[in-house]
Amino acid sequence: MRDVAIVAFSEGPVTFGSTSTPVEMIVPTVHDVLKQAGIERTDVDFWCHGSCDYMTGQPFSFVSAVDALGAWPPIIESHVEMDGAWALYEAWIKIQTGEAEVALVFGNGKSSAGDMNRALSLQQDPYTVAPLWPGMTAMEGLGACAALQAGTVTERQMAEAASRARRDGAKNGNVLVSGNESADELLSRPVTAAPFRDHDIPAMADGVSAVIIATGDVAKKIAKRPAWIRAIDHRIDHQNLGWRDLARSTSAAIAASEVGVHKDKVDVAELHTTFSHHEQLLINALQLRPDATSITPSGGALVGNTLMAAGLSRFGHAARSIFSGSADRAVAHAQQGACLQQNIVAVLEGN
Amino acid sequence: MSEKTGDKPLRVRMPIGIDYKWCAGPASTDYLTGLKDGRLFGRRCPVCELVYFPPRNGVCARDGVMLGESVEVGPKGTISTFCIVNVPFLGQTIKLPYVAATIILDGAHLGFSHLIQECEASEVRMGMRVEPVWRDKAEWDYSLENILYFKPSGEPDAPFDDYERHL
Amino acid sequence: MAGDKLQVTFEADGSLSAPLTLFYPYNRTLGTTVARFLSSLADKRIEGTKAQDGRVFVPPAEFDPSTGTPLTEWVQVGDEGTVVQWSWQPAPFEDNTLDQPFAWALILLDGADVPMLHAVQAKAAATMSIGMRVKAVWAEDRTPEISAIRCFEPVGG
Repeated sequence: MRDVAIVAFSEGPVTFGSTSTPVEMIVPTVHDVLKQAGIERTDVDFWCHGSCDYMTGQPFSFVSAVDALGAWPPIIESHVEMDGAWALYEAWIKIQTGEAEVALVFGNGKSSAGDMNRALSLQQDPYTVAPLWPGMTAMEGLGACAALQAGTVTERQMAEAASRARRDGAKNGNVLVSGNESADELLSRPVTAAPFRDHDIPAMADGVSAVIIATGDVAKKIAKRPAWIRAIDHRIDHQNLGWRDLARSTSAAIAASEVGVHKDKVDVAELHTTFSHHEQLLINALQLRPDATSITPSGGALVGNTLMAAGLSRFGHAARSIFSGSADRAVAHAQQGACLQQNIVAVLEGN
Repeated sequence: MSEKTGDKPLRVRMPIGIDYKWCAGPASTDYLTGLKDGRLFGRRCPVCELVYFPPRNGVCARDGVMLGESVEVGPKGTISTFCIVNVPFLGQTIKLPYVAATIILDGAHLGFSHLIQECEASEVRMGMRVEPVWRDKAEWDYSLENILYFKPSGEPDAPFDDYERHL
Repeated sequence: MAGDKLQVTFEADGSLSAPLTLFYPYNRTLGTTVARFLSSLADKRIEGTKAQDGRVFVPPAEFDPSTGTPLTEWVQVGDEGTVVQWSWQPAPFEDNTLDQPFAWALILLDGADVPMLHAVQAKAAATMSIGMRVKAVWAEDRTPEISAIRCFEPVGG
């Protein structure tokens, strides 16, 4: 295996209601991540993009997104109809095969373009589920109901996760919602979409994230302290919610075990928790110790769910904790689909 | 909404409709509001200095930068390439044969497609100079459909050198 | 079309926006398993397939989840069942089968081993509970679609 590290990360403004085209939104973030790495776009061997046409509202939108990169002289690029974290996985594979040394990975989404809660129904079975249009919040509600009933997550843990996300979001600044409410205050608020209160449901956002990854010597030249990707794995649960045990995330647990999350201390774990109950489900699956690990110090997707970018942002924020020296070993996690169906987990290290 | 005859597989209509709000962004806003007033606006790339009409998604696909200043182009232009349509298809509203051409407006460097009318299809050629024929002003909207078609302007053909780089 | 006035809006920063609807008129070929399941719904019957370990899947599994073997043994299950999990939909989408606030539930039909997702017509979230009994309400005009079951409703009103 080749040594590969995250060497730069940029996150565009997390907003709702951007008046730019998706392509115009991408340009500044791509420029910024190149600037942070101190490299030119011609230094990038491979570009990989994560987005979703159903969210952009434009078939083949990923083709026009290439405009944002500047494709002259010709570039080598690819796209996944997934969160940018999966584009990072493809880029990592590309580097492992020896076909690239430096890859720029980005993900973008514009939730404000439409009713994404409804549109996300289309991730389900097209014959027996999607035609009912259950919506993302309702499907996640079934998952939360299962976890609460089984006791793998408590209502208090959900409120604590939301409370922490809102406080960390205030520190981060680049989020849609923030606040200083205690878990008790949040628990006193009404249940609006049972079993959820409003703060259990993510704030849908527009945004772009970009990350640069590079091989050994190149990485050391670009970053003072690269975030080495020691292991990365992704796993998938069945699409049909009725076939799964929604009280736990089996695929996240397998991915975490494969990359050896539990084998050493974890200073920071950036978890892609779009609904508040995901946090405890993921802590369970990854076997994290909240007393020893800082959980999603960026605030996470709960306070700014930049669809298709938020997962890659978790990789970026985890890498930042390595860049800054605040962590020696960090875990990055991203998810896609309903009820933590697909999970990608990576271990990042500073040494 | 289903059909099943004999042993044919069952087919069921399962439509998917999604409503969006599409934002044009600054570059296409200039372009569309210009059309509403019967004017043609492109944008210039600050790096390669080429003028895009239409301004695509607001970025230069060659350099990966935001397009810069708004530039009024046309209304006359040059046919860089064309095709003659002889094949009927569902929904066709134009009499066959007709010509669809790529036109580079004066001052612009990117071709866009439009119809050529008021001449025989066999007369259309690369380098031919054309000008727009607009709808009644009362019908103008934020749309390139304000231009019904382009017709020969009667000027001498543009030399090949003029449009060779933009083929 | 020019002449059909576009419904454009000028945003606060002066840029234009307009509504856009993407519509995909999919006409899906169902395959034998899904076709049988949806056709039976149109006839007010709910059928599932039996896996090799005896588990009954509704909606039907086309292949055994454990072994990948094609499943061909069909079992009719009840149109009543038990709510396994539920969540509340406070604002229905226009294409939901119900137009007033309702619940979604994973429902274990009598005779099935795997729960099925569908809507439950309930007066309020407070009337929903895990373990409650529900019964299918059939649509009046039934085509081979999952919405041939309009929704479920609590047994005994």
